[in-house]
Amino acid sequence: MSKQLELRLSGSGGQGLITAGIILAEAALLDHKNAIQTQSYGPEARGGASKAEVIISDKSIDFPKVTLPNMSLALTQIACDKYISDITEDGTIIVDDSIVLPAQLVAKNIYRLPIIKTAIQEVGKEIVANIVALGLIVRLTGIVTDESLEKAILSRIPKGTEDLNKLALKKGYELAEGLLS
Amino acid sequence: MARKVKFLQGNEACVEGALMAGMTFYSGYPITPSTEIAELSAEKLPKIGGKFIQMEDEIAGIAAAIGASLTGAKVMTATSGPGFSLKQENIGYAALTEIPLVIVNVQRGGPSTGLPTAPGQGDVMQAMWGTHGDHPVICLTPDSVKETFDLTIRAFNLAEKYRMPVILLTDEITGHMREKIEIPEQSEIEVYNRIKPNLGDNYQAYKVEAGDLVPKMADFGSGFRYHVTGLMHDETGFPSNSTANAGRLMDRLMDKIEANKDDIITYEEIETEDAEYLILAYGGTARTAKAAVKTLRAEGIKVGLFRPITLWPFPNERVNTLSEQVKDIIVAELNYGQLILEVERVVKSNCPVRFCGKANGEVLTPDELIRKFKEVL
Repeated sequence: MSKQLELRLSGSGGQGLITAGIILAEAALLDHKNAIQTQSYGPEARGGASKAEVIISDKSIDFPKVTLPNMSLALTQIACDKYISDITEDGTIIVDDSIVLPAQLVAKNIYRLPIIKTAIQEVGKEIVANIVALGLIVRLTGIVTDESLEKAILSRIPKGTEDLNKLALKKGYELAEGLLS
Repeated sequence: MARKVKFLQGNEACVEGALMAGMTFYSGYPITPSTEIAELSAEKLPKIGGKFIQMEDEIAGIAAAIGASLTGAKVMTATSGPGFSLKQENIGYAALTEIPLVIVNVQRGGPSTGLPTAPGQGDVMQAMWGTHGDHPVICLTPDSVKETFDLTIRAFNLAEKYRMPVILLTDEITGHMREKIEIPEQSEIEVYNRIKPNLGDNYQAYKVEAGDLVPKMADFGSGFRYHVTGLMHDETGFPSNSTANAGRLMDRLMDKIEANKDDIITYEEIETEDAEYLILAYGGTARTAKAAVKTLRAEGIKVGLFRPITLWPFPNERVNTLSEQVKDIIVAELNYGQLILEVERVVKSNCPVRFCGKANGEVLTPDELIRKFKEVL
């Protein structure tokens, strides 16, 4: 299980977290790693609590679902309430700073960061909060290379939004660097 | 030549496979968790001169596919449990009229509309017995994105070869998960096309010529006049009430499977050679079983996995042989015990057969399966 990332991305339907999961998995493939992405959502197309999960490993992956994540991100309070307490002891929790965390939460690292605020104020569009989050996760874990991540992002986003997404990625990296410095 | 490496959902791989197998027509009615199959078919078929039709309901979805197949197209329709129920009458119609067709059922949870976005494996018996009357059935089930691609192609080939509907029974796990797939070149793919009569032949639509497996199939509207009916029919295709004729026709239809099991049945075995215990699992749940086998083997327990890839006809002989070798078989499936009935029938009293399953919309985790497995150790 060493060096295997079991990541859960949770939020509200429409926040682009499934897309973020796919992008991260595709970046892992570019780095010649194995990756599987799954998701769970309700019957509704928007809203609710949805989650995307990604397993990235150097080995082949049999069971495709994340049972207990070692990194978990939540962008909404509802998703946080539903999913955030599932985490390994040495795991990392990342939530948006609009979220109130439950009192009894055990994890190695717990970060509350202005992910959505950064997307709105520093990039200019809330819709790229998923890319800010990706930059943050990748800088914290080093699970994929920067080159592969950027390549994967650019191949999944609509034409004309390249600069916007590159800026979002840069701001995500900076959020992580603020923690690590 | 570099193969294309893609990161796809099982449902997307299904469409890629169908196109490589020669699909030119898709009709259906979108239903979660199979909708991506319809979406992608709608996007891709018009670009290659094919046709996509969203019909008014599930019944019309399969009916249009049957009609299109009769004109020479390679056809597919996809659905999930509720739609699979509605399609049953026409599955029987296609079986009796010997019309090639691929029906994909991406299984979800529950009876009725149940749990649209959650996995289940509750349609295993329905795939065999859902339509009335005895009839030949081929049902295949993949456990990965790549195998969904491969088995879709195989489903088309078997449908064409044996002139019958073939069911690709997947589930929300394999349908929706994304993983790496290397797409082969078209030239690497074996494609089987139905045998057609030549103009000028003395054509009888339901007569098997010497050396053929099935009657030659003329494209309807191509100059051959013939009749297609869900009534028992003779070699001309017209209805016949003769019991002697009905017996001959039924024997011939059932024998397509019975006499060709070796061609139709495939399965995967992992670590069965020295196995003292056996886990039997299929579809998405086989992924749980593969992880469990690895963990148990690492603990020194001699356990193997048998994974039927062809669910129907069931691999009777191999399962029977394995049951003489092992002390215990555990069947893992996302239902209240369906394929286990077939395993018990085949195993008889050779060894105990135990069940591990659930049907609440969750996947079975490796830990759950290992816990159940260890109850006998």
